[in-house]
Amino acid sequence: MSDLLKNFISGEVLTKNFEESKPSFNSQEALDEANRCLYCYDAPCITACPTGIDIPGFIKKIASGNVKGSAKTIMESNPVGASCARVCPTEELCEGACVLNHSTKPIPIGDLQRFSTDWAIQNEAILFKAGKKNGKTVAIIGSGPAGLSTARELARLGYEVTIYEAKEEAGGLDTFGIVPFRLPKEISLWEVEQVKQLGVEIRTNTEVGKDIYADELVEQYDAVVLSVGMSKVPMLGIEGEELEGIYDAIDLVERTKNGDYPKEFIGKRVAVIGAGNTAIDGATTSVRLGAENVKILYRRTEAEMTAYDFEYEFAKQDGVEFRWLTNPKRLIGDGDGRITQMECIRMELKGSGADGRPRPVEIEGSEFLMDVDIVVKAIGQTRYEKLIEAFGLEHKDGVIMVDSDTFVTSNPKVYAAGDVIFGKGNGEAMVVTAAQQGKETALAIHERFKESAMESVY
Amino acid sequence: MADISINFAGIKSPNPYWLASAPPTNTGYQVQRAFEAGWGGAVWKTLGEPILNVTSRFGAHHFNGQRVAGFNNIELISDRPIEDNLKEIYETKKLFPKHVIIASLMVEPQREKWHEIVKRVQDVGVDGIELNLGCPHGMSERGMGSAVGQHPDLVEMTTMYAKEAAEVPVITKLTPNITDITATAKAAARGGADAISLINTINSLIGVDLDTWNTIPNVNGKGAHGGYCGPAVKPIALNMVGECARNPEVNIPISGIGGISTWQDTVEFMLMGAGGVQICTAAMHHGFRIIDDLTEGLENYLDEKGIDSLSGIIGKSVDKYTDWSNLDLNHKVVARINNDVCINCNKCHIACEDTSHQCIEMLKDENGNDILRVREEDCVGCNLCSIVCPVDGAIDMIDLTPTEPPMSWNDRQAAIQTLEKR
Repeated sequence: MSDLLKNFISGEVLTKNFEESKPSFNSQEALDEANRCLYCYDAPCITACPTGIDIPGFIKKIASGNVKGSAKTIMESNPVGASCARVCPTEELCEGACVLNHSTKPIPIGDLQRFSTDWAIQNEAILFKAGKKNGKTVAIIGSGPAGLSTARELARLGYEVTIYEAKEEAGGLDTFGIVPFRLPKEISLWEVEQVKQLGVEIRTNTEVGKDIYADELVEQYDAVVLSVGMSKVPMLGIEGEELEGIYDAIDLVERTKNGDYPKEFIGKRVAVIGAGNTAIDGATTSVRLGAENVKILYRRTEAEMTAYDFEYEFAKQDGVEFRWLTNPKRLIGDGDGRITQMECIRMELKGSGADGRPRPVEIEGSEFLMDVDIVVKAIGQTRYEKLIEAFGLEHKDGVIMVDSDTFVTSNPKVYAAGDVIFGKGNGEAMVVTAAQQGKETALAIHERFKESAMESVY
Repeated sequence: MADISINFAGIKSPNPYWLASAPPTNTGYQVQRAFEAGWGGAVWKTLGEPILNVTSRFGAHHFNGQRVAGFNNIELISDRPIEDNLKEIYETKKLFPKHVIIASLMVEPQREKWHEIVKRVQDVGVDGIELNLGCPHGMSERGMGSAVGQHPDLVEMTTMYAKEAAEVPVITKLTPNITDITATAKAAARGGADAISLINTINSLIGVDLDTWNTIPNVNGKGAHGGYCGPAVKPIALNMVGECARNPEVNIPISGIGGISTWQDTVEFMLMGAGGVQICTAAMHHGFRIIDDLTEGLENYLDEKGIDSLSGIIGKSVDKYTDWSNLDLNHKVVARINNDVCINCNKCHIACEDTSHQCIEMLKDENGNDILRVREEDCVGCNLCSIVCPVDGAIDMIDLTPTEPPMSWNDRQAAIQTLEKR
């Protein structure tokens, strides 16, 4: 990482900085670890996986040399299993549940999953085929993990599925929203391809509400699934936010996913506001863009931070500094409208707020100035409220209300899954959760139509 | 420190570990390296009319990531001129007078040929002679090796031929490729053998290549059966040693061979009646340096048991090895699971449920934790659960207090006969 500290970074080095940071297992490593798996019965790792992958099963298939079968086992349960192999907080899920935690050390399930899915990618394996058409049509809005997962399952059941995607490429969060050094874009695009080869049509550059209207979709299709995820980072709501040098972390990550590396980070002091998954992505991206110093500012403490432990570790390894109980109050620019300083204030935790989390309170008179060249905002994400309203769906602050079993919204023709229903005490904003919700949504749709559908694969 | 030297059929050895007659004892250079490393003896690679070998020669059975669970070879006896071998045996014995050199011999089953070869090796100072009547491949097609070793009368005769010329102890090496090992063991004893050694290798084909469909190993597209050895054959060898040891008509020392890889294996073979052991595959896998742990582990074991020499263990389990009909039908063993040690892999449950007696239940304790419990009234004490359990101490096999006096099948049949007579 010493290259990062220099004030000049060649394009080559930049590109290298954004390559996947963790090397994949070679065959021998995979085999050694696979052979270590006990092949538990009713294994807790399966229970801990939101998509219920038969983990001992796919691992034994690695051990036997049936890597194609292994990949199929993974992708069968999780249509975005290649991405999840990289981005799942495995120590809190499958690996955390591994019984070997109680005797030696857990099986590196994520790495093994990556080994098998990488094999499928490299060997262009065809793992699934579309079901016989049953005459029913479904529109899916948004091609992220939830949308892809719904589409994949519906296509296998014989539904004619059309995905509407506002961006130029499909894959949503996995394609655009997770740093490339953890999840290269081509992994997500392979998962998109898997869905496309089942006959699912993906209409990119097509924004619902602009290029096609919500009413039309509800009218034209037998069912509509809303899986649009979340939007940009909200405004901080403080003075100076319009200055040059202020970045939205989501936008920043998206640029790097497209191979567009902003040059102005080189040698700069960066402050990232927030301490969730996206904040870590914003901070580690800044480091890789050549920033000299990167600080994460958080108004609560380490204990309340929503980033996963492994993300925290990753950021610390990258040299990111953490400033707890610190909140920005004002952004200060120079005469040219560029940010140069940030006024911060110290916080303390007092009692707990409505959400039950400790409430950060400003310590009066503790304001101080921090010299910064760039600020990256990562304080959460806004919702696509307008779109939700266009469908006339019941929601709370942009979180669509659904039936927890069937994912049906207040409109019986419209379903919703993924981050668009996350929040307000509902679930976890993990890729793997979205994938599972997509599967369940597809099943719920099928449950409703299977009587009237002409034929199905099952 | 316990004394691990042995006196095997009159042959004194600083420890019970001899390298078996095989590739590791092909040359003086190798045997001298072995003695320097600490091996007690070496059975020189079989001498006979020099032969031609093929390439390739070895194959191995790997299992679940473990290399060399079993090992197979189609190499024949020494392909070096007999004079070279004799010269090196002489030199090696001079350099290492306290170490044992045994000449392994194989010639056609003719009196004169045996007399001649026995005299030649005796002249260079060997401590004993081992008759290779076990090699199962190649040589057997020429009427030697196991072609002899599978016929008790030929075993007896060949042993006799060797004994007629021998002034040093003669060990007859037995092939396991036979229905009843004691038949040839008794024949060797009748022929005057001072000892027997067993087992030689087992007829084997390691595998078939999934892409070329060639045998493994193959020689220019063709394969032939080889001899199997290594850890996988240990239980077969141990049984054969035990069967010979408990047979009163055999009653001569036994050199244990077959998959011995550790000092624990050595203790087991000696308990089951071996007066010394021979090792090959473990050395081929790891080199001669394994002798360090083999000897030290054995010494430590004896020290911990308070036994001062190997005579304190040799044959001590032979009386415990008997026929099934002498086993106590009233003895009850059941499995008990220690849930504080158990890691809940549930392998015992599924093994029992699918393949044994359906008596291990997956339950929740009062705190909602997963636990496993054996329904002892249905448990037949088969051991399967404790075998598949990956954690030491998680499953104990418990002897239940007997409710009835011991009764074997033989006891039972005798009792029934007594009743019928009344």
